[in-house]
Order: sequence, then C-alpha cells, then structure tokens
Amino acid sequence: MAAEKLKCKECGSEYPLVALYVCDRCFGPLEVSYGAPIDADDVAALRRRIQAGSGDMWRYADFLPLAGGAPGPSNHRASRAGVPAGWTPLVRAERLAERLRLREVWVKNDSANPTHSFKDRVVAVASARARELGFAALACASTGNLGNAVAAQAAALGLPSYVFIPADLEEQKVLATGIYGTNLMTVRGNYDDVNRLCTELSAEHDDWAFVNINMRPYYSEGSKTVAFEIVEQLGWELPDRIIVPIASGSLFTKVHKGFREWIDLGLVTGREPVMHGAQATGCAPVANAFAAGQDFCQPVKPDTIAKSLSIGNPADGPYVLELARRTGGSVDAVSDDQIRAGIALLAETTGIFTETAGGVTVAVLEELARRGEIDPDERVVLLITGDGLKTLDAVRGSFRAREIDPTVDSFDETLARAAA
Amino acid sequence: MAARVKIPTQLRAATGGVSEATVEGETVGDVLDGLFDQFAELRERISDEHGGLRRFVNVYLAGEDIRFLDGIATSVPDGAELTILPAVAGG
Repeated sequence: MAAEKLKCKECGSEYPLVALYVCDRCFGPLEVSYGAPIDADDVAALRRRIQAGSGDMWRYADFLPLAGGAPGPSNHRASRAGVPAGWTPLVRAERLAERLRLREVWVKNDSANPTHSFKDRVVAVASARARELGFAALACASTGNLGNAVAAQAAALGLPSYVFIPADLEEQKVLATGIYGTNLMTVRGNYDDVNRLCTELSAEHDDWAFVNINMRPYYSEGSKTVAFEIVEQLGWELPDRIIVPIASGSLFTKVHKGFREWIDLGLVTGREPVMHGAQATGCAPVANAFAAGQDFCQPVKPDTIAKSLSIGNPADGPYVLELARRTGGSVDAVSDDQIRAGIALLAETTGIFTETAGGVTVAVLEELARRGEIDPDERVVLLITGDGLKTLDAVRGSFRAREIDPTVDSFDETLARAAA
Repeated sequence: MAARVKIPTQLRAATGGVSEATVEGETVGDVLDGLFDQFAELRERISDEHGGLRRFVNVYLAGEDIRFLDGIATSVPDGAELTILPAVAGG
C-alpha cells in the first residue's frame, strides 16, 4: 500500500507528498492517501510478511507514508534508525474486568515506549519522513509527552531540536525533555497559545520539521500502528469496543483509520469497533459538543490535572464527533477526582501505573460500565497512552507509608497498629 | 479604526504574496470584509456559504481566539493585530 498523495479531508483537493498540512483552497487538514489495496488473495502472504518483520512499529512500514520504507539496518543506515517505538504489551486485565463486572478487558500499555508515551510512534514516522524530505531540525508544540519524544528522537538521530511547551507543565515532563539537549522553550500561556505560536513559527522556519504542524499528515499516520498491534496481538481479531483519550482528537481518528484500513484490506474481518473518547471535565470541548448534539467544538480554557489532554481547541474534534456517533460510541468527561481514582484502580488491578491521561481513560470505562453501556460479553480495549512517573503530583498523598525502626519488634507493632 | 491583518503563508497565493494588510473596520467582521474587498479570492477560502468562518480557520485578536470574545462581532481597537491561522491539531 504505497502512499500516493496528500488529500484534503474537507474538499478532496490533492497535493504531492511534501511538508504541507493545510489545503490552500479551503483550509481543511491534509491526510495521506494510499494506492489501491493489494489483491485480497495476498492477505495470507501479507500477514506472514508483517509477522516476520521487526519487533517494533516498523513491521507496519507497508502501511506508513515513507518512500524508503522502514529506516534502519535494512537499508544500511543502522545509526539512523532512531529510537525504536511500538510493539508494546497488550495485557488481559482480568481483575479490572471483575471489578467493573465485565468479561474481557485488555490494556494496551503504550507507556512501554522509549519515552513512556504513545508519542514515540508519531514522532518516529514524522522524523523519518522529515529526513527523507531533507529537513535540518525537528520541532514541536507539546503538552509534554510529544516534547519528550521529539527531544529523544532528535538526540538519537543527531538533529537539533526545538520544543515548545506551556510554562506550567509537570516538572517530570520538563526534566525528562531537557536532558536530551533540546532547545526547550517554556511559553507563558496554555497549549493553545503554544500551538498558535508554533503555527506562526513554522512559516518563518521552513527548514524545520514541526512534527505536529508541517509534518502533521505523516506524524498522525503513526498512530494507526496502535490499532494494527491490537489486531495482531488479539490473534488477528478486532475488539468490540475501544476507549481512547482525547486531546486534539488525532489519536482517536487514526486508531479508527488503522482498524478501517485492515478491514478494507481483508487482514481482519468483523465490525468496526465502537469508539469511545475520554476527556477531563476541566477540558472537555469534544465531550461537551457530543452531549449537546453539535458537530463542532466550542473552544475552552483548560483547567484539569490531565495536562497531556489540555487542548482547549481540538482541531480534529469534528471528526471525533462524527466517528463516535457513527460507530455507536460516545465522548465522555470525568472529574479530576475520578481521574485520580482511575489511576489507582488500574495500578491496583493490573500493576500498570499510568499518568493522568490514563486515569481519564480508566475512569471513562468505569462510567460506561456503571451506565450499563457495555455488554458483559464484549471484548473491550483500554488505550493507556503514558506512564505514571510523568505526573507524580496526581498521586501524592493518596496512600500512607509507615516509618519504622530497623527492628522486627518495630515492624510487628506498626503492622498490628495499622491493621487495627 | 484600522487593524493590521497577518495573512498566513497558505493564503498568500490569494494576496499576490502580501503577508500583512492594513484594513479599516469597527469589528472583526468589518475588518474581514475590508480584507476581502482588497483580495477578493480570500473570501471563498476562509468564509463558508453562510458568511461565517470555515471550521478549520482560526482568527486571533491580539493573540486571543475570537471565539473567546464576541466572534466576528468583536470590536477591534485602533492599531490592533488580527491573525488568521489554520487550525492544527497538536499533542
């Protein structure tokens, strides 16, 4: 499936595969469009080819918009492969399912990526395409996780990088980005201000690859690999439902696109999964629009502990609304207290410690289960996008450690007191 | 009242390469109409059939999204800067 052109999602205008992201005619977003699907008879061969591929997301290079295929040893550019992303665990969460009175819940743990969030996937594709197009530097506007991924990828590839984040971000994310030697700019403003600034800057610095602006059509395709992995890890089957956190809405639409492409190719059979979006009440422009029956999102000023989802003006919001409705899903919002409880629930029942965005996703699953929207026989996948070590403040004070003397007596007494 | 309007690269084909224009107008809507008078081709690119803005067009007055103000009815102080930008998803 070779990438052929960029196509406007609104008016269908076509463009060559260069660093463009907006339609000149109608300002709509551009998306990569691929050639005709391979012959259905080749499905078995295609599956074998995928299974024989590398143990990271490049096993899906056939479905990604790179002219030279997967970067790495296969083309004798091993030092240019960058950080390996993807092929993260999909684990059956039996105790979580039991707690929610569901039969089959799986956790796709994308915090197991090199910089501990799903952003390594999108950055891998954007940076590989940036190299193909001859860019001199990587850059991004970030709510934190993307900055981590861009700084690390640029260090691995030996490229300079520029990372722009809101000044009030979690300290862990700032530290874990600066260490890679990037040019880190903390902007006085929220993410939407950062995004506006970077949109202006990308026009001034046309030799920089802003991964989520001028490289956006390539970048966003990287998120399809989450869907591919889920299908492959379920033994070439589809989940019935999936819960995806929503910031800009890009991940949500691309996870759907991944399922859709493989259904269309015959690589997997069945019904499109029901798609549920998850937001925090303190930044819920898409959930608000869903509840109000609107097909556009009124922007909001974010105020939530889920900073990685704090995009008040989500550009892919209209597409999320359309997909959630069409698949019979929803877009829900949960409070900061529910988010904290969600983080704890996932940790206690699965051993997976997620950041606030994951807490949002777990809390939305709880809501759906409580409302009885999920048939107990369904297979549900929860997309966990980032690591709890990124947002430690969210769990501070949520449990108590007991200090003891280094004696057996002290331990026994303290334990007895705690149990009383 | 006159505002300075910054035109993004994607729209400069419709302005003959001009990146900034000075336009008279009391409100954002007036200023945009004035801009369309100067560059007729811009109208169909950023306006929808009902005269509103297309859904992927963002307009900022002194850095603030006009949807947090009064939309196209927002009054424009003399010398203010109006920026037109494509909506782009991030993360």
